[in-house]
Amino acid sequence: MNAPMNTAPSPPRKLRVATTSLAGCFGCHMSFLDIDERLIKLLDLIEFDRSPLTDIKHCGPCDLGLIEGGICNAENVHVLREFRSHCKILVAVGACAINGGLPAQRNHLDLRDVLEEVYQTEHLLGRGGIPNDPELPLPLNKVHPIHEVVKVDYFLPGCPPSADAIWKLLTDLLAGRTPTLGHGLLHYD
Amino acid sequence: MNAINIFQLDGEDIPFRQGQTIMQAATRHGTYIPHLCWHPDFSPYGSCKLCTVKVNGRFGSACTMEAQPGMEVENRTAELDDKRRTLLQMFFVEGNHFCPSCEKSGGCTLQATAYELKMMSPHFDMFYPDRPVDASHPDILLDFNRCIMCGLCVAASREVDGKNVFAMGGRGLLGRRVHVSSESGKLADTDFAVTDRAASICPVGVILKKRKGFAVPIGERKYDLAPISEQVKESTP
Repeated sequence: MNAPMNTAPSPPRKLRVATTSLAGCFGCHMSFLDIDERLIKLLDLIEFDRSPLTDIKHCGPCDLGLIEGGICNAENVHVLREFRSHCKILVAVGACAINGGLPAQRNHLDLRDVLEEVYQTEHLLGRGGIPNDPELPLPLNKVHPIHEVVKVDYFLPGCPPSADAIWKLLTDLLAGRTPTLGHGLLHYD
Repeated sequence: MNAINIFQLDGEDIPFRQGQTIMQAATRHGTYIPHLCWHPDFSPYGSCKLCTVKVNGRFGSACTMEAQPGMEVENRTAELDDKRRTLLQMFFVEGNHFCPSCEKSGGCTLQATAYELKMMSPHFDMFYPDRPVDASHPDILLDFNRCIMCGLCVAASREVDGKNVFAMGGRGLLGRRVHVSSESGKLADTDFAVTDRAASICPVGVILKKRKGFAVPIGERKYDLAPISEQVKESTP
């Protein structure tokens, strides 16, 4: 009853983090891994939920969601909404998530023209016809940045954002600060 | 009269000569007022509104308003920078500004100004307009996707080169644009030369010299070295 209580503070709960690449190239994820040995320190503070790094297929309740890439097909929209509904804080990571990026450079072209040129008419490209397997998500008419579909809490520009910029964002968020990027870390390219 | 007069810019004394604008006096003093369409070598055009300051409590364009003794001018306040950031976001959504694939990246006034004002996202829905690229000229590429209608190429070609190669024309948000003054509308059919002042005046990546792209490595470009607010000069290339 009067046994001495263990007064050692329990370690703080690890923040649960989910990441995904939508219409992106995984370059932002590569840049994330580029924080190098700081990953070890980071893993004392966070644990991963759904992410290409864990291969967990669906998102559970998370503190932080990192989204790379914009929205170019129907599946991207479903994944993005799953992240938004499960993540307390959602961050658009990289140029494509923020303004559509390279995939959005098809936006002034007609989607059917693009598909026909790539899969049918251009003789140096594949001639197997436009893919129509029901498993394939349908492409959207235009590529969109993610803030046009869901509420986004923070933006981390860059193509990709540098490892130092990603580290700054994560450490700011872990410390409960509003993330800020100074000269040299804020880049659109 | 060449008597030195003084006005206050964010609490700092700025000397000026009669007839100088707030922007001219601040620039001479080395103090940065955010701007896109103003250039020290040309008369003010007043289109971008980024240089909007508060003069004795009222909004005014620093590039067109003459300095007066005793003026109290607010410049880098949170209120004004918030409005400037919103203007920048409108610029970014109404054109196609894809920095990673742009040769001007790192030396672009629009980009550097957005860094200075901590623009983290375009905020608004993107327009993705369909704008032409003109690669007809042997030495110059025109990519109108990045045009911000600052009018500097129009002024440089008219006032310095005496050629009138560029003209502002059309109506409406998506119709108004810089036109090339030739029968075909192509730059190759003008007497434009790579040595023209207008060839090196564009603050963004519209007028680009061919075979010069990405010459300066990332990390050594103009605005990699220092933010735009620390590179205030009375004359810029």
